[in-house]
Amino acid sequence: MRIGIVCPYAWDVPGGVQFHIRDLAEHLIRQGHEVSVLAPADDDTPLPPYVVSAGRAVPVPYNGSVARLNFGFLSAARTRRWLHDGTFDVVHIHEPTSPSLGLLTCWAAQGPIVATFHTSNPRSRAMIAAYPILQAALEKISARIAVSEYARRTLVEHLGGDAVVIPNGVDVDFFARAEPRPEWQGGTIGFIGRIDEPRKGLPVLMKALPKILAERPDTRLLVAGRGDEEEAVASLPKEMRGRVEFLGMVSDEDKARLLASVDVYVAPNTGGESFGIILVEAMSAGAPVLASDLDAFAQVLDQGTAGELFANEDADALAGAALRLLADPERRTELSERGSKHVRRFDWSTVGADILSVYETVTQGAAAVATDERTGLRARFGLAGAERRAARD
Amino acid sequence: MTVTLIWIAVALFAIGLYLSWTAGRLDRLHARIDAARAALDAQLLRRASVAQELATSGVLDPAASIVLCEAAHAARQAEEEHREVAESELSQALRAVFSEPGQVAVVREAPGGEDATEELAQAVRRVPMARRFHNDAVRAARALRRHRTVRWFRLAGHAPFPLAFEMDDEPPVALADRANA
Repeated sequence: MRIGIVCPYAWDVPGGVQFHIRDLAEHLIRQGHEVSVLAPADDDTPLPPYVVSAGRAVPVPYNGSVARLNFGFLSAARTRRWLHDGTFDVVHIHEPTSPSLGLLTCWAAQGPIVATFHTSNPRSRAMIAAYPILQAALEKISARIAVSEYARRTLVEHLGGDAVVIPNGVDVDFFARAEPRPEWQGGTIGFIGRIDEPRKGLPVLMKALPKILAERPDTRLLVAGRGDEEEAVASLPKEMRGRVEFLGMVSDEDKARLLASVDVYVAPNTGGESFGIILVEAMSAGAPVLASDLDAFAQVLDQGTAGELFANEDADALAGAALRLLADPERRTELSERGSKHVRRFDWSTVGADILSVYETVTQGAAAVATDERTGLRARFGLAGAERRAARD
Repeated sequence: MTVTLIWIAVALFAIGLYLSWTAGRLDRLHARIDAARAALDAQLLRRASVAQELATSGVLDPAASIVLCEAAHAARQAEEEHREVAESELSQALRAVFSEPGQVAVVREAPGGEDATEELAQAVRRVPMARRFHNDAVRAARALRRHRTVRWFRLAGHAPFPLAFEMDDEPPVALADRANA
């Protein structure tokens, strides 16, 4: 099958959506499909052979933070050319509501379009204003995928219609194979995520840490992720700061080894999560997981059976649950075993097959993807009729 | 005077453009419904065929065979207005027959059973998928057709008002135990 995938965010900036698209594309290529990914990227960025650059992404303040997005005349032209040259059987757009390549592709294409909704943003004022325009583009999507039941609910509430739920994929075996590192073992708590992003919840964990250290002074907290380290420990008493180790940005291998080493992996995120891929990765590596009780996290952890949950933003609850887990090796083994079994459903072999089922369902009884000539002015008055007929033959 | 005339012409042109654009949208939505309906029909037919194949293959016990064969046959032969009911009954029959993982294991062990089970599992997972996509298209078309402009200018022409396909498509747990919904 010839598959075109559209990435809305800059390829060279690490992010959940980008990683998902990279893994999906590589999985599909291994299965013998022809895949092309259209992504924003600087012209001098080294790209894998299956990625086509749609031009430089422009930093724009959007939705509360600065996002690097692609829009405008040039990107639209490149999108159109990519669609035209690709002659795809199906186009898979990611995050179609962000004003970037996904929306441009929706605008320019006709035929089977699949779209995955990753985040579940509350309806913004800009989106209400843009609703009529957005609706006309979103109407072209033949199949919607939501990454979790929670994401599906918000999607239904905001845009109407329905979606199938297919979770994000993880290479479970890659994490399951990871060897623990001795220096990261022995009474360790793990945290992976942006340090300076409060929604990732490190401040909550820092608030809980004195309580944990009071009872178990040997505990160490290992933090992997970008951000200002000094600012992160500023709230801690001076003598406790030594118990926090910052590993900075870690490679995928080290991330897997870190997860395989820690006694408890803590995900104190306070919101804005629609899936929780890191929890799946932690469970794959066999780490007992303790996470805040966000809707999305509760779903990934099977309502608390595959990992423990604590009341969101409640540092005392976090400290209590962490202490209970650290003191109970049996419970940790039990969680680890249950987690390893539970994550099988998030493995790429399952997720990839489900996504392919969606592709096959929408391509059945439909023509291949083509550029949408109807948006052309001439076509609207029948002037381009001959051209269109020729293109169809 | 001429200025007014020019403005009127511009306004008429803009209205015409908008109407033509809306008609294009509606046309596209109708095409999407047709494609989604074709895909749904194909999945339903596939499911009924595999079910019938299993029912007549002799791997199931006679009672289960008769129940499944009956339901699959009815689903395939159903007239358009009874289709939703017949397909729902096939879902119920499948759930009744494959209610236990043991039954699935028995079928898997039979010669050729591995392929048949895989095919049936795929079919019962894809029917709800195809139905969701179809009903999503129907909802979008209905939303647009309720719009004033579309009603006043009769942009939908003679196309019938699209109807959702409502049925019970809950797959048997033993066949679809992967997290798929």
